[in-house]
Amino acid sequence: MSLPVETDRLTKRYGELVAVDEVTLTVRPGEIYGFLGPNGAGKTTTLRMLLGLVRASSGSVRLLGSAPGSPGHLERVGALIEGPGFWPYLSGRDNLKVLARYAKVGASDVDRVLDLVDLTDRAGDRYRTYSLGMKQRLGVAAALLKDPRLLILDEPTNGLDPAGMADMRALIRKLGADGCTVLLSSHLLSEVQQICDRVAVIAKGRIVAESTVAELRGDVRVKVVADPLPLAAETARALLGADKVAVEDGALALDLEPAHAGRVNRELVTAGVNVTEIRPLERDLEQVFFELTGQGEGNVG
Amino acid sequence: MSGSTAAELIKMIRRPANWAMVGVALMLAMTFTYLAPYAGVAGAESGMPGNDRGLAALLPDQLVGNSVAGLPVFVGGIALVIGVLAVGGEYGWGTWKTLLTQGPSRLTVYAGKLAAIAVACLVLVASLFATGAVASAIIASVEDQALNWPSLGDLALGLGAGWLIAVMWAALGALLAIAMRGVALPLGLGMVWMLVVQNLLASIAAPLIDWVGELQKGLPGPNAGSLVSSLGAPGGTPGVSELVGSGQATLVVAGYLVAFVAVGALILRRRDVV
Repeated sequence: MSLPVETDRLTKRYGELVAVDEVTLTVRPGEIYGFLGPNGAGKTTTLRMLLGLVRASSGSVRLLGSAPGSPGHLERVGALIEGPGFWPYLSGRDNLKVLARYAKVGASDVDRVLDLVDLTDRAGDRYRTYSLGMKQRLGVAAALLKDPRLLILDEPTNGLDPAGMADMRALIRKLGADGCTVLLSSHLLSEVQQICDRVAVIAKGRIVAESTVAELRGDVRVKVVADPLPLAAETARALLGADKVAVEDGALALDLEPAHAGRVNRELVTAGVNVTEIRPLERDLEQVFFELTGQGEGNVG
Repeated sequence: MSGSTAAELIKMIRRPANWAMVGVALMLAMTFTYLAPYAGVAGAESGMPGNDRGLAALLPDQLVGNSVAGLPVFVGGIALVIGVLAVGGEYGWGTWKTLLTQGPSRLTVYAGKLAAIAVACLVLVASLFATGAVASAIIASVEDQALNWPSLGDLALGLGAGWLIAVMWAALGALLAIAMRGVALPLGLGMVWMLVVQNLLASIAAPLIDWVGELQKGLPGPNAGSLVSSLGAPGGTPGVSELVGSGQATLVVAGYLVAFVAVGALILRRRDVV
């Protein structure tokens, strides 16, 4: 069975500038794959190369086994790239009808996708009257017209209000559960963290990490707030070893699986330590992202 | 191909700007082919300075020449605008990516656009014939003149020649839109060529410089002018002159059409869609 997305040392150069540098990705069937990167990292250029909109300087791409430009390359692929683009003088429904003719699908599919993105009520209104969120939802509807096996979504929740974002996440999860593979780029790390099975991080055109969200976040630690702290630290070191115990911000940070926290708590109490808080100390994806890309906060795209 | 043509036709028909262009073309044609000359004729009859074209030039038997007379310049400019709008709008609205991610090849989309443009040009030229027929019939009735219509063969020839010229200009518009990835600059440059450069070459440069005169015989505008002239377009109309024979003019216009389409396809196929 062909992999939904397979790239091998995919590269795009604009003169001296290397926008995408030997990117090798593999997206497996049925997974929701996150694609993260700061602004200008080469994320959208990579997605455009996958879809044949931009020609690769070198390397190869295969979507569902087909190379860009080959017949049927995008037959079962839906995409929303860098925001929605539609004809403003047409209604939402007529925009989709135009696209349906290109996609070779019927009018019933137009109604189906309008319903999926909850736009049926406003489908007869001109696109130019739509809010940003409605435009975004119409973009997703267009991507779903062909009942795709692979969906490539570039910032799909842009412009959506919190309820719309939650609906979109639910829709993506549902598509994933129905067997559709989703390649999702997002500037919202929390979003990727919530719905993606695996994540690739791109910086300066190169993939700097690719793994599951859990692997990216690394080892989970346990925070213990206790008094007196020196006695607590001494007891924990005796129990776990000195290299697994650190004192950070007035608390203990233990390299320990959270499942073993109860044993530590028991030993500390037995030693006469007053324990007021024990909880897992997880690195979130944002923290990992900044470490990987060397970026400051607020510049994720 | 049929799906892309149908899709492009839907977009063209629903776009108000295209109908506005057809309306402008008809208004120009009516005003300068029938209303102003007829006002001149009527003025001459009542002692006012007359129009040298005379009443005979406004009657139904002159329908073919009158209907295609504007195509070398003014109506040709309208056709060019239609071509620019059909292709250039996709860049401005970011709809190339929306179209292409539905699966068709670039050339399929381009072919659909050209087919829709060809239909639009046929509607434009046929509208000129229809309104011209109505106007000339009214003038003939008011002036108590016989309703002698051109033969069907002449009408078909005129319609075909007019359509060929209109499609050529529209294809130039499409090419400019692809080359410049937008609407504004192609429109500006296209109009400068149609309305300014062509006139300067014909009225100033060609009479003074021999090689410009020779060059005129190979340019699209003068060949379009020669073609419509051979069909009876009035000599005083801008862009209308018999520089070459109708056979050569037809071949040159058709050659430009093929060249514009081919270069447009080449650029569209090679360039990244960003």
